[in-house]
Amino acid sequence: MAKLYTNTSIKKLKDLKPKEETVNFLLNYSKALSVINCNKLKFEALLN
Amino acid sequence: MIMQYELIPDADLVTNYIQGNEYALEILIKRHKQKIYSFIYSKVYDRDVTEDIFQDTFIKVIRTLKRGAYNEEGKFLPWVMRISHNLVIDYFRKNSRMPKFDNSGEFSIFSVLSDNTLNAEKQIIKDQVENDVKRLVEELPEDQKEVLLMRIYEEMSFKEISDKTGVSINTALGRMRYALINLRKIIDKHNIVLTN
Repeated sequence: MAKLYTNTSIKKLKDLKPKEETVNFLLNYSKALSVINCNKLKFEALLN
Repeated sequence: MIMQYELIPDADLVTNYIQGNEYALEILIKRHKQKIYSFIYSKVYDRDVTEDIFQDTFIKVIRTLKRGAYNEEGKFLPWVMRISHNLVIDYFRKNSRMPKFDNSGEFSIFSVLSDNTLNAEKQIIKDQVENDVKRLVEELPEDQKEVLLMRIYEEMSFKEISDKTGVSINTALGRMRYALINLRKIIDKHNIVLTN
């Protein structure tokens, strides 16, 4: 009987998630980023 | 406390985040990371590229939200998906201009592409071998040496050799044959290794 390879690949796709360090980087980036409003201009500042 | 956060709709979390609640972003990322990551992976089929695009997607999300440029009309997840979709397109556009080959799969590009230039070590070995051969040729009887040098180094035909040396073509052929036999004999006798 033919083997179904598709099932496993779909299952594999569902297990996919980003690395912990990527998520942590984003959270830290968010904390460090501040947008300064100056008249009608917006400035981004990364404060670490 | 955590349970309560789990129940908060995306739109409220976005508002909380814009108002300065960093934890709201953490919930949003954790809530949707698997869907977004799988979506990107299903397009690019490369973990590293997926990781990069995932990161760039959220950098864009964070910047847009912090700048207050987010338009609340649509829903959060479809909006993030659209950003990642656009970044995937950017990635393919960039790669079609400059195709890359990765060696992680079974197929290696280096099995069909090769660098034929010699590296330093091989160049030294090649020079050594050529010098050894020259010295061996010097050991040959004069008539054989003459024919071999004309044939191999000057790339003359046996007809030309015959004309130049005044011997028949058959004699030139015979001398060439003995030259090679004698070279092989010397090489065997002295156990000389002539390989690159």
